[in-house]
Amino acid sequence: MSESKLDLLQGTLDLMVLQTLAAMGTLHGYGIARRIEQVSGDAVLLNQGTIYASLVRLQQRGWISAEWGTSTNNRKAKFYSITKRGRKQLSEDAAYWQRLSEVMGRVLALPEGSGDK
Amino acid sequence: MRSRLRQLLYRLRSFFRRAQLDSDLNAEMSNHLELAVEENVRRGLSPEEARRQALVRFGGQQQAMENHREARSLPLLETLLQDLRFALRMLRRSPGFALLAIFCLMLGIGANAAVFSWMEGLLFRPYPLVAHQERLVALTGTARGESDPTALSWPDFQDLQRNCKLFDTFFVSKIMGTTLSLGDRAQVVTGSIVSANYFEALGIHSILGRTFEPSEDVGRSAHPVTVISYQLWKERFGGDPQIIGKTQRMNGVIHTIIGVAPQGFYGTFVGWAMKFWVPASMEDTFEAGGYKLEDRGERWIESYGRLKPGVSFEQAQQEASAVAKRLENDYPATNRGRSIKLWPLWQTPFNNAGTLLPTLGIMLAVVVFVLLIACANVGNLLLVRSFARRHEITVRVALGAARGRLLQQLFIEGLVLSTLAATGGLLIARWCSHLLVLLLPVRNGNAMHLPGEMDWRVMALSAAVCLVSTLLFALLPAIQTSKVDLAATLRSEMGGVVRGGRGKSLVRSGLVVVQVSLCFILLVGAGLLLQSLQRVRSDSPSFTTQGVLVTAVNLSASGYDVTRAKNFQDELIDRVQSLPGVESAALARVTPLGYGTFSSAPVVVDGYQPPPDERPSVEYNQVGPDYFATLGIPLVSGREFTRADNETADPVAIVNETMAARYWPGKNPIGERLQAKDKWMRVVGLAKTSKYESMRELPRPFFYVPRRQDFSVGAALNIRTKLRPEIMAAALSHELKAMDANLALYEVISLQEQLDRSTSSQKVAVTLTGILAGLALMLAAIGLYGVMSYTVSQSTRELGLRMALGARTPELFRLVISRGLALTLGGIFVGAAAALGTTRLLGYLLYKVSPRDPLAFGCAFLVLTIVSLIACFLPAWRAARVDPIVALRYE
Repeated sequence: MSESKLDLLQGTLDLMVLQTLAAMGTLHGYGIARRIEQVSGDAVLLNQGTIYASLVRLQQRGWISAEWGTSTNNRKAKFYSITKRGRKQLSEDAAYWQRLSEVMGRVLALPEGSGDK
Repeated sequence: MRSRLRQLLYRLRSFFRRAQLDSDLNAEMSNHLELAVEENVRRGLSPEEARRQALVRFGGQQQAMENHREARSLPLLETLLQDLRFALRMLRRSPGFALLAIFCLMLGIGANAAVFSWMEGLLFRPYPLVAHQERLVALTGTARGESDPTALSWPDFQDLQRNCKLFDTFFVSKIMGTTLSLGDRAQVVTGSIVSANYFEALGIHSILGRTFEPSEDVGRSAHPVTVISYQLWKERFGGDPQIIGKTQRMNGVIHTIIGVAPQGFYGTFVGWAMKFWVPASMEDTFEAGGYKLEDRGERWIESYGRLKPGVSFEQAQQEASAVAKRLENDYPATNRGRSIKLWPLWQTPFNNAGTLLPTLGIMLAVVVFVLLIACANVGNLLLVRSFARRHEITVRVALGAARGRLLQQLFIEGLVLSTLAATGGLLIARWCSHLLVLLLPVRNGNAMHLPGEMDWRVMALSAAVCLVSTLLFALLPAIQTSKVDLAATLRSEMGGVVRGGRGKSLVRSGLVVVQVSLCFILLVGAGLLLQSLQRVRSDSPSFTTQGVLVTAVNLSASGYDVTRAKNFQDELIDRVQSLPGVESAALARVTPLGYGTFSSAPVVVDGYQPPPDERPSVEYNQVGPDYFATLGIPLVSGREFTRADNETADPVAIVNETMAARYWPGKNPIGERLQAKDKWMRVVGLAKTSKYESMRELPRPFFYVPRRQDFSVGAALNIRTKLRPEIMAAALSHELKAMDANLALYEVISLQEQLDRSTSSQKVAVTLTGILAGLALMLAAIGLYGVMSYTVSQSTRELGLRMALGARTPELFRLVISRGLALTLGGIFVGAAAALGTTRLLGYLLYKVSPRDPLAFGCAFLVLTIVSLIACFLPAWRAARVDPIVALRYE
């Protein structure tokens, strides 16, 4: 594993899953995992298995729904899609992350030693 | 909030659909891997490499599964279930341990539940089926200068009813007895004179017919109607559905049965099951002394009130006092210096509640001791097991089990034990719920009713006891466990040497010391109570209790008037005195130490000025000729009453020595005059002071007047004879039948029996403490035995070594015994120190015994020492039989 990969912060995976489903429509677990890896340019360190805990969590909160269907290889697979409440949650969380990353950016932009004055 | 709830429901559902969800997830994951492999193959990897990379990217499958479970379900509940299963498995693996632990706890919890159920019955719902008992209060009068509560008068009661705004209702219930004769059988039964609103106020509806109407309170003897109890209906009328409108003769008056009370309703007198009720207007049919409903000066009723919701006891008392104050102003002739007092139901002074509860309170303390001892036992057993399981636990800690998780598991194991034990305990308590009734004397064949029941309060308390005791006994091993030192334990040093190995065995020895000390306190308490009872019973009441029988014939119950009663009683005495085996017989209105109340009256004596704080009234008894000879009360000087002391003769009296000393200090009272109830009497005799109402009373002034000069129809019959009560009863019944077939004889008992009954609450205390102290002793012995045999089994190697080095059997035997004795003596020392401080809490139950009585302490010491020797014997014997070869090869 290369050092440049990012460890996922708690809760960020849930947000990524939501965003992925919002953008792509209905997907199965593998599809979501692959999509996240692709979008991040393989920069995210993801044990693909962990996606399933995230999926069940989101499902329990009613942000995504799941349905059994048939995948491209003709196997039984579970397909997930985002719900209306999920979209609302996504926009709130996305705004939050936006603000957090702006603030973090500004804080980290402070030159070293500037706090002494 | 809603989404939280939704999530919880989801998780709960997941918890129960575990298998389904796991298989779903498996399907999902294997599909995931398939897809990944396919994609990798498409990218040109070999099938093996494609699979390898897919697996790497996926991460740990088991871990994913665990994460999934944790996210979807209730991890706490899952581990709890795991622990529960594990605990049950552990218990099944060592059934001996489990049974012993459960047995100890069962006794502890059962004893607590039983005593609590008795108390709780008296405290919260003394009267079955009655609505809103929590707002009921008892009412009595008070009189300035008198410490004992008095009864209330009917007009006072009515004024309370009219003027109190904070009460829902007031009602009257006055216990009395009558003779029921149905067919050829006459029987003495207990009933109540009640205000007409009684059943309505209690919320009791008749199952047949009706209850009383308001008009039935009014008019002297105008409403000869009665409501009978379910029990009477079943037993005496065979459950006749046509009972309403039938009649029964009570106290000579035909009463119409208008209703049947529901099953399980016993009236409102703690300790008695009422058989019938009559309205207040029938008062003078059942009560001696004439019609009292219009006389404010006649205090005879026992009454209750129900507070309105939200009214405090103090507010209600204030209002009742204010009403009493007004009555005092309006009717100074009858009410001067009098007030009204409210009592919580459980302190009701006119029934058994007031005497039983303090005794039960002490019992509650005792059963808590027993429970603590049981907990110490189980704690010790668990501790032993935690040593035995040290290896298992250490391995689990080494493998990364969280300490909290280990504690949780130990706690669950304890909880399983105590829950099983509590279940058994409740069964014991249920079985014991009639024990209290059995311990109390039966009177005139009337069954006692005491409301001991297993209700939610008892269940809740038992559950709480169960939890607390689990915390107590599971805590010690748990602390021990949480301190597990990996390195040290894995090195597995041999623990528990008879003298060495202090650290670990200290806790267990400490527990034994605690047990022994608690047990010592209980034994001392039981000893003190037993001595008190013996002293009370062997104390001379200053009359003969052996060879005197007492009984009564209720003439007023059969409608006798004064003239008929006088003739009847003269004939009765003649007939009884001529019976073979009878030395003498005498009538008296009241027998000493019985249930009747003596008459009392303010006394005036020539030249005597009472000090202001002196209780003005003196009690007296109306007795017939030969009374003093029959009861064996010594006359110091003067003479006894004779048949010549009748209505036409000069009024005379006999006083006791205490009275003589107060009113005629330094003088012989014979020939002096005294006035009571507006009548001057000449003192003709001086009797020794005896006991009148209770064995525990202080010497009090008392006098006697001839029955004929202060006549009442009701009288007790005292007979001096060597015959047994049953034989006398048969002879008396025969005589009675010849005189009047409608009369029933009261129970014939010896005066000693009467005295014993008057001390029944002490007897209850002694019996219960005795039983519980015995339990405690057994539990402590088990504890000591457990510790000693474990110590011996753990020091097999040391013992073998000692033997190999030349120690002989008796020395090893002595070594173990002395270790056990040291523990016991330590416990006794602690217990004695504690007992010295606490036994005085027994308070009023002690009689002529110091709370620090050396005999009780000595006996407790002896008993405990002997029992602990017995408990140590087997382990010591085993220690002495250790085979050095086997012992040294051990391990």
